Amino acid sequence: MSTWVVETSGLTRRFGALTAVDQLDLRVARGCIFGLLGPNGAGKTTLIRMLTTLLPPSGGQARVAGFDVVREAARVRQRIGYVPQMLSADPDLTGYENLLIFSKIYRVPATVRRKRIDEALSFMGIAAARDLLVRHYSGGMTRRLEIAQSLVNRPDLLFLDEPTVGLDPAARHAVWEHVQALWQQWQTTIFLTTHYMEEADALCQDVAFVYKGRMVKHGAPAALKAEAGEGATLDDVFIALTRIPMDADAPGAR
Amino acid sequence: MQSALGWGDYGGQMLAVAEAEIRKLRHDPVELMTRAIQPVLWLLIFGQVMNRLRAMPTGGIPYVDFLAPGILAQSVMFIAIFYGLSAIWERDSGVLVKYLVSPTPRAVLVVGKALGGGVRSLSQAAVIYVLTLLLGIPLRLQVLPILLLLLFTLWGSAVFATFSLVIACLVKTRERFMGIGQLLTMPFFFASNAIYPVTLMPRWLAVLARMNPLSYLVDALRTLMLAGWPSTFGLVKDFSVLTGVLVVLIGIAARLYPVILG
Repeated sequence: MSTWVVETSGLTRRFGALTAVDQLDLRVARGCIFGLLGPNGAGKTTLIRMLTTLLPPSGGQARVAGFDVVREAARVRQRIGYVPQMLSADPDLTGYENLLIFSKIYRVPATVRRKRIDEALSFMGIAAARDLLVRHYSGGMTRRLEIAQSLVNRPDLLFLDEPTVGLDPAARHAVWEHVQALWQQWQTTIFLTTHYMEEADALCQDVAFVYKGRMVKHGAPAALKAEAGEGATLDDVFIALTRIPMDADAPGAR
Repeated sequence: MQSALGWGDYGGQMLAVAEAEIRKLRHDPVELMTRAIQPVLWLLIFGQVMNRLRAMPTGGIPYVDFLAPGILAQSVMFIAIFYGLSAIWERDSGVLVKYLVSPTPRAVLVVGKALGGGVRSLSQAAVIYVLTLLLGIPLRLQVLPILLLLLFTLWGSAVFATFSLVIACLVKTRERFMGIGQLLTMPFFFASNAIYPVTLMPRWLAVLARMNPLSYLVDALRTLMLAGWPSTFGLVKDFSVLTGVLVVLIGIAARLYPVILG
């Protein structure tokens, strides 16, 4: 088994004249919490959509969980979990039913289905609301339910796209705690995108900054902060990185 | 290492997609009740008035008898044709993306959706049966015709639900879909044998009616509901036409389904 759970080389995606992801080389180690950082419109969601097989690349290659995202898309889908940025639990079903349907979709054997659902629900702290329709859940509860839902197939790799956008600080911290706990429990690799630097700082062992579709920095948060100067935060790193290339990458440069 | 999925898994996934639809109906049965209102109006008002006219060549049976299966087919179609709206809603939220990232083949998702849409229509069959019995219309109440009628209802509904899914994938927005849905139901309805026999139609319309899958659904339902009604096309042909159309539509929808995201 390769040490890399995500491996891309020259990965590119164009939408007409716009290059959303540009010649991206990225490696994410198995078993870590990895954060893909960058401002809105940097290409984070486009990259996630390619890695989750939703969008074919325009060029380059990507392997996820050891499989090619184009040629072995079905294999990739079996190995990953994905919580999109938009709310994605079905509001017209109960929390339990959302997990039940997905455990059937992922062909979790009937003998372990119930146990896994109960485990996931209580692990994410929503066991008490299991029989409530999701439309009555708060934003933070829904997000935790969605993470629980993505755990039923025991993925090698869990994609969380902007997991705490729109949540209040208490709900955000609750999501962080649960993400950390599930990582400790199952050692699932977590690939999250965010533009909140404190989120990356709280969760990730490894981060990469993307800006205008290109990778501009990759490393451990502590190392990047140290590099940026004494007492620097990831915010400082972020601001420094997204300011410099703006001149280098002026219109017409490409 | 998990192995690749086989046919049994696809069957399970298809049933899971359909199960989600059925569970939603169970949580909100009000929707089913409001949908029963329109067929009741057609039978109790339109049917009763037209019945007095005795102008329709219905092969010697009262017009309201002739009408009842037509109204069942019509209500099945009216419900199914707006089914695509739910696909657009699922796209606007993140629900669809999660299904597309799962290891479910697109065609299996579409068949599951069609089946879920079909089950919705079965309640309409129940409503029409009760109503026709109350009106004293003589029905074929044996087990086999009723089972076949349920099958045809499910099948016909799946045809129009899948058609609706195709339209949803093409137009992509709720607003455009509403307009087009309204636009489509009337031609299907009027260019069919639902409320008048094909023999009454001008030639061009009769040709269209024969190309309209709704006509084959109506023909089957009429044959299975009314005692002694001679089938126009024959049940085998009815079933073959509906199945053929369904298979083609599922093929198209499975291709277009991921497109709805773009």
